[in-house]
Amino acid sequence: MRDSKPILLLEDDTVDAMTVKRALKDLKVSNPLVRAGNGEEALVYLRNDNNIKPCVILLDLNMPKMNGIEFLRVAKADEKLRSIPAIVLTTSRDDQDRFQTFQLSVAGFIIKPVDYKKFVEAMRIIDVYWTLSEMPNSEQETTNANFQTNSACRR
Amino acid sequence: MRTSRPILLVEDDNVDAMTVKRALKDLKVTNQLVHRINGEEALNYLRDKDTLKPCVILLDLNMPKMNGLEFLKIAKTNAEFRQIPVIVLTTSKDEQDKVETFQFSVAGYITKPTDYKKFVEAMRTVNLYWTLSELPFSGA
Repeated sequence: MRDSKPILLLEDDTVDAMTVKRALKDLKVSNPLVRAGNGEEALVYLRNDNNIKPCVILLDLNMPKMNGIEFLRVAKADEKLRSIPAIVLTTSRDDQDRFQTFQLSVAGFIIKPVDYKKFVEAMRIIDVYWTLSEMPNSEQETTNANFQTNSACRR
Repeated sequence: MRTSRPILLVEDDNVDAMTVKRALKDLKVTNQLVHRINGEEALNYLRDKDTLKPCVILLDLNMPKMNGLEFLKIAKTNAEFRQIPVIVLTTSKDEQDKVETFQFSVAGYITKPTDYKKFVEAMRTVNLYWTLSELPFSGA
């Protein structure tokens, strides 16, 4: 990623979350991965001012309590959160899911490949794209982020 | 790109537009490139019932008449247009531009490399990402 801020992953499935973690490690992506089990937990993380705002949000759609679309409705209506790029990472091929999430201006809708190699390739493209692209609020928070996570910037 | 719908390029500079066209051609991207020279012209294209909605919008910021930010203000409040991913393609490194466009949930903000080879590489990444990602309008 372009900066060293954490990646926030919304995923209720532990095995899927571990696959994301493993793929990022294999790709030598040094951003810390913060996991929330559902939308509600993610909002608690995002609204705690002691936490560094993530550079991107990777979100699953089908989750208990507060699902991905419900989360997007809240996050995209919140001035402090709506600038964070949210990328859907799902197994859903549902047209309605795609329609609703693009209505909420997601910055990508990626259907998770089942094959691990293909999944790593998908994560690689996500990483390369969000390393090429600038990120919101980089200047304001990067110093803080570097101080707190001491993680290498990939630029 | 994942679908064969056109790419809408909003760019006032003709030379810059030709560079985008040339890069897409070099990358063998087959999507038609629709070029509009400012936000107003881009909205006219989007509002025309006879045209295909684009798969993505590549948007310059500094343009006469209606600039990129003014375009976003209108496009992102329209239920039909706001689904289309907008990727800012600019030479502006202005922090304010970045903050304001991300407030409109742009799907990328790319500072145009001046070197052509690097520019092609950037466009290659944009194309790879939007081929991996699904797009709002399915099919043709």
